[in-house]
Amino acid sequence: MSKPLEHIRNFAIIAHIDHGKSTLADRLIQTCGGLEAREMTEQVLDNMELEQERGITIKAQTVRLTYKAKDGIEYQLNLMDTPGHVDFSYEVSRSLASCEGSLLVVDSTQGVEAQTLANVYQAIDNNHDIVPVINKIDLPAADIEAAKKEVEDVIGLDASEAIPCSGKTGEGIDDLLEAIITKLPPPKGDTEAPTKALLVDSWYDSYLGVVILVRVIDGTLKKGQKIRFMNTGATRDIDRVGIFTPKHVMLDELGPGEMGFITAGIKEISDTQVGDTITDEKYQCETALTGFKPSVPMVFCSFYPIDNGEYEKLKDSLSRLALNDASLHFEAESSQALGMGFRCGFLGLLHMEIIQERLAREFDLDLIPTAPSVVYQIYDMKGGMTELYNPVDMPDPTHIEHIEEPWIKATILTPDEFLGGLLTLCEERRGSQIELTYAGARAMLVYRLPLNEVVFDFYDRLKSISKGYASFDYELDGYAENDLIKLDIRVNDEPVDALAMIVHRSQAERRGRHLCERLKDLIPRQMFKIAIQAAIGGKIIARENVSAMRKDVTAKCYGGDITRKKKLLEKQKKGKKKMRQYGNVEIPQSAFIAALKMGDEK
Amino acid sequence: MKQQGQFGVYIHWPFCLAKCPYCDFNSHVREGIDHDLWRDAYLRSIDHYASLVPARQVESIYFGGGTPSLMVPETVEAIIDRIQQKWQVSNDIEITLEANPTSVEAEKFRAFREAGINRVSLGVQALNNSDLKFLGRQHNVKEALKAIDIARENFYRYSFDLIYARPKQTLKDWQEELERAVTYTNGHLSLYQLTIERGTQFYQDYAQKKFVVPGEELAADFYNLTQDVLEAHNLPAYEVSNHARAGDESRHNLIYWHYGDYVGIGPGAHGRLTMEDNKFATREHRSPEIWLERVAEQGSGVHPFEGVPPEDRFVEALMMGLRLRDGVSLLALEREAGQNWQDFIDEDHVNQAAKEGWLVHQDDCLRLTHEGLLRLNAMVPYLLRERRAQPAVVAA
Ligand SMILES: Nc1nc2c(ncn2[C@@H]2O[C@H](COP(=O)(O)OP(=O)(O)O)[C@@H](O)[C@H]2O)c(=O)[nH]1
Ligand SMILES: C[S@@+](CC[C@H](N)C(=O)[O-])C[C@H]1O[C@@H](n2cnc3c(N)ncnc32)[C@H](O)[C@@H]1O
Ligand code: SF4
Ligand SMILES: [Mg+2]
Repeated sequence: MSKPLEHIRNFAIIAHIDHGKSTLADRLIQTCGGLEAREMTEQVLDNMELEQERGITIKAQTVRLTYKAKDGIEYQLNLMDTPGHVDFSYEVSRSLASCEGSLLVVDSTQGVEAQTLANVYQAIDNNHDIVPVINKIDLPAADIEAAKKEVEDVIGLDASEAIPCSGKTGEGIDDLLEAIITKLPPPKGDTEAPTKALLVDSWYDSYLGVVILVRVIDGTLKKGQKIRFMNTGATRDIDRVGIFTPKHVMLDELGPGEMGFITAGIKEISDTQVGDTITDEKYQCETALTGFKPSVPMVFCSFYPIDNGEYEKLKDSLSRLALNDASLHFEAESSQALGMGFRCGFLGLLHMEIIQERLAREFDLDLIPTAPSVVYQIYDMKGGMTELYNPVDMPDPTHIEHIEEPWIKATILTPDEFLGGLLTLCEERRGSQIELTYAGARAMLVYRLPLNEVVFDFYDRLKSISKGYASFDYELDGYAENDLIKLDIRVNDEPVDALAMIVHRSQAERRGRHLCERLKDLIPRQMFKIAIQAAIGGKIIARENVSAMRKDVTAKCYGGDITRKKKLLEKQKKGKKKMRQYGNVEIPQSAFIAALKMGDEK
Repeated sequence: MKQQGQFGVYIHWPFCLAKCPYCDFNSHVREGIDHDLWRDAYLRSIDHYASLVPARQVESIYFGGGTPSLMVPETVEAIIDRIQQKWQVSNDIEITLEANPTSVEAEKFRAFREAGINRVSLGVQALNNSDLKFLGRQHNVKEALKAIDIARENFYRYSFDLIYARPKQTLKDWQEELERAVTYTNGHLSLYQLTIERGTQFYQDYAQKKFVVPGEELAADFYNLTQDVLEAHNLPAYEVSNHARAGDESRHNLIYWHYGDYVGIGPGAHGRLTMEDNKFATREHRSPEIWLERVAEQGSGVHPFEGVPPEDRFVEALMMGLRLRDGVSLLALEREAGQNWQDFIDEDHVNQAAKEGWLVHQDDCLRLTHEGLLRLNAMVPYLLRERRAQPAVVAA
């Protein structure tokens, strides 16, 4: 039997990255007995290898907890841990749509940050009740009062009853659990009405096939029930109903207000649509739920396999990743220099980096990524518009009437002392200031910036200028015309597709020069001199040389070293495969990758 | 050029008194070594190889390590005797022992001579005490010089090793040290640039930036200076790091560089053996204890032999041969592989390298110039043809 609605609470945990959501979730799970102590790893919900290693949450996660409250009643708590990074705000928005309340976690040593704001506004938009949680109070630098004051001053939420706690030591967790049941509302719903459930997310599981995360609004979802997906029109039989505790636990049914998962013999994730409404095939509900806006990729880059034989493997691997990542877009593409590959769209730079890392790690693919770029709108002389996804495809300038680029509205929160440096950064990046206010002990800076200037290395620069203290969030803010040109990088007179980029004319020289300097440091010396140039059309705007190698001979080589030397040689040869030939020099792809990754900080 | 049928025996003694921080040789510090057990194991191993490659004439025996001067002379003698019983040996056989120049070991030189050793190679490494200390050595300069004296009294042929391009060493320091070193030589000297080898103490220290070593440019200057000084003293390099008066080259090491055959006995020892025209690479168990056990159980501590296919024979012979001042015979390489040298070497690259002044291609000989030798590691893959399928797409 499903729980009475008033004994259910659905809530999301939202916070700026690293403020301790996942750790707090661990404590809640542990306190409610979802896992025994010996089963607890740190950040149990971050089960991707990459999540654990980087300490970030990429996918939102759901767990059902059973909490015996002080009033003697056993409550069902459905918790969603959400990603904190701006790239994954889309994941956050979906989670929020399936809950009634949020725990807003603020690190008591850091205070409110840009993504605290972004996430809390999303929660407010979703009509959430919000419980502020002041976390990490075990730290000596914790300042509970200052954090509370920021919640009030910056966000405008009443923080007088904020819960101080520590996800690490467990202090305050009991108060937090009580606050969840007393301060957050129970879900609404009707047991008798026709089944209506929200398809929150879906992913591929190698044991279960496609798993669908659902939030039941009305009615029930039962094993064996024939259901209909209202948008796609597909009908299926439910073969499993279950919840995460976080272990998979199979149940017979899910009732109104409850969250859990179903499987329904679906093989491909593309057969499901996030935001779809699930209803009973026989007794259909009348109106579908509003669903979600589709995610829009903001940053594009291409991946080419270093070994051209791995094209098919890359294709399969991307499809596999896309199974669990609706935001990953990809499309086949070919490049003169790099062969066959894929143009991919991402939510942001972190998303891109993560996908690249997963391809390398989980699928053992060596890839050449091209410079990240945004989507430009190219207007031709006849008034037609085409979208340009890859700088290499830029038409001849004589055919272009004008080019428009996407802009963003960026919000930056920073301690006072770094304001100067950050203003300079924004100005350098062609930004125009919209707002500068003081919020608590910090400045809040709102700027309009070209997205192009941000995808490159803005975030790294922001972190380094502010010693890691400033935080940043952005939203898209339309297109605008600008004086944009294509910058080519040439190695020994041959253009390197992967490094072509579109830049504002005023930035071209600086970018070109820095990239040449970077490459100079990154390309190992070889037998022959290497010339690196940056060019606009036929005009060289910067150049550097890598001088020829002078000495590399190993000092000792005796009988026992022959085998070792030969292995080294084989490695060298294998390494060659990962290089691209430019004239008589070979450039390791890692050099390009590093050049792209690095900022243009001097 | 390569003389056909050269054959040597390498004996590896895997123990040292202490592990030097730069050393990646198979050397171990152990107490209570049972010398009888080790002697028997070497003797059984000799028997084993002698039965596999019986009809050869031994030109050289080399006791390397580790620190073979820690062996008891009786063991050395028994090994030499057994080799002489099992194989034919040449009249002017060279029998070298690596020795560390501590006083204790120097006192044994006479006994080693009596055991049959006729050449020693001393690990002097440096001629100043602070660098010796940095290098973790057990001796000081005075002891080293004394050991050289004793070596000279006992052996007509001796050599010693120095390591240079040390942290903080200047070109001037090295020049002075080198000039001094030359005065103690008698026809042979090995001079190695300090190499930071994976898995050593120095590797960690270096990674943690506890010291720096000369970069490429300075390293090249050190190398050039070394060549100049030694040439002026008629001790030119006959190999990258080995200098000798004409005729005083180490015959044993020449076997390696000429890609001749050698038996490798002892923990971690490698060998190359030609049997019925097939070449095999041999490798013994690295761990002293396991090696001993295998010899006791099976009569040998060697891993299964690995065949060396023609292309690898060609590449190995080229790699080794190019280290020599006199270069490598293309005919010899062709004999190794049973194929034309052009099948493996890119002739255009040979010509290009010759044009750059890196090598000389004359008659059937390929010889690197001084400039070429400096770039040897890159030169070998440059000269070799890309044998495996090229990546399908090359830059437009
Ligand atoms: N001292 C202390 N450290 C914490 C606490 N909660 C989280 N952390 C640490 O803060 C870092 C970020 O935590 P995590 O839960 O991954 O944050 P998330 O990015 O919000 O999910 C990790 O290194 C945690 O160990 C806490 O209450 N006290
Ligand atoms: C097998 S080792 C000599 C062993 C002998 N126990 C000794 O230490 O004298 C041969 C020579 O290689 C040189 N050598 C060893 N490791 C080296 C390194 N990392 N860099 C440069 N030369 C090295 C030393 O000069 C050493 O004497
Ligand atoms: S350098 Fe010589 S003495 Fe030092 S550990 Fe290595 S083998 Fe032993
Ligand atoms: Mg997390």
